[in-house]
Amino acid sequence: MSLNIELETKHDVLCIRLSGELDHHTADELRDQVSAVIEKNKIRHIVLNLEQLTFMDSSGLGVILGRYKQIKQVHGEMVVCAISPSIQRLFDMSGLFKIVKMEPTEEFALQRLGVA
Amino acid sequence: MKNEMNLQFSALSQNESFARVTVAAFIAQLDPTMDELTEIKTVVSEAVTNAIIHGYENDPNGIVYIHVTIEDGLVDITIKDVGVGIVDVEEARQPLFTTKPELERSGMGFTIMENFMDEVEIHSQPGSGTEVRLRKHIQNRTMLCN
Repeated sequence: MSLNIELETKHDVLCIRLSGELDHHTADELRDQVSAVIEKNKIRHIVLNLEQLTFMDSSGLGVILGRYKQIKQVHGEMVVCAISPSIQRLFDMSGLFKIVKMEPTEEFALQRLGVA
Repeated sequence: MKNEMNLQFSALSQNESFARVTVAAFIAQLDPTMDELTEIKTVVSEAVTNAIIHGYENDPNGIVYIHVTIEDGLVDITIKDVGVGIVDVEEARQPLFTTKPELERSGMGFTIMENFMDEVEIHSQPGSGTEVRLRKHIQNRTMLCN
């Protein structure tokens, strides 16, 4: 069981597409890869596509919150899309939706950030 | 009929998925819903991650112990480490509380366990370890259909 990470930069928006399982074991890899691209490509906003993510626990919340803090320094926004009901419950519980926006699809998320 | 199982493994992060999938496979015989299975997998992942990161402070020589019993639709899971222990359990249970913010820990582990399970008991002794007991009733769908 592992995590597959797909990263695509569109202007100053980074699309992160995750498939598989996001836990403590896989969170470190995600943090390292995304942090490096944010710095290198001068990323301001993040679209997090969770359509293919089959499992997530509180380690996932931690790494997502960490990346939010990173782009907040450049006044960026984070939009999460295609979230499953079980993962949405974790977001609700942690209050993450107070700072992270939600859209049904990646297209809507990109429109919201003005790059679709 | 009572059924039980024991599992023990090295405190390595790659064993987190092994632990949650194994417990879920054992509980599958109660015919739980997908939501119930996801909840069980999530709480096992939380408690095992706590044992590895906090209990053993990432020392791979540590051993994580899991004991599960199922009886009449009740799932009873105990996840134990013999690591550093928790000084203040009530503080540790608070949402968003973490002793390791630098590791991007969310501090939501115990909150998730309390939300997904019927009962959560934490016994901890500084210097001797932590035991988390998680209980949940699984709805018996076969009986409901009859």
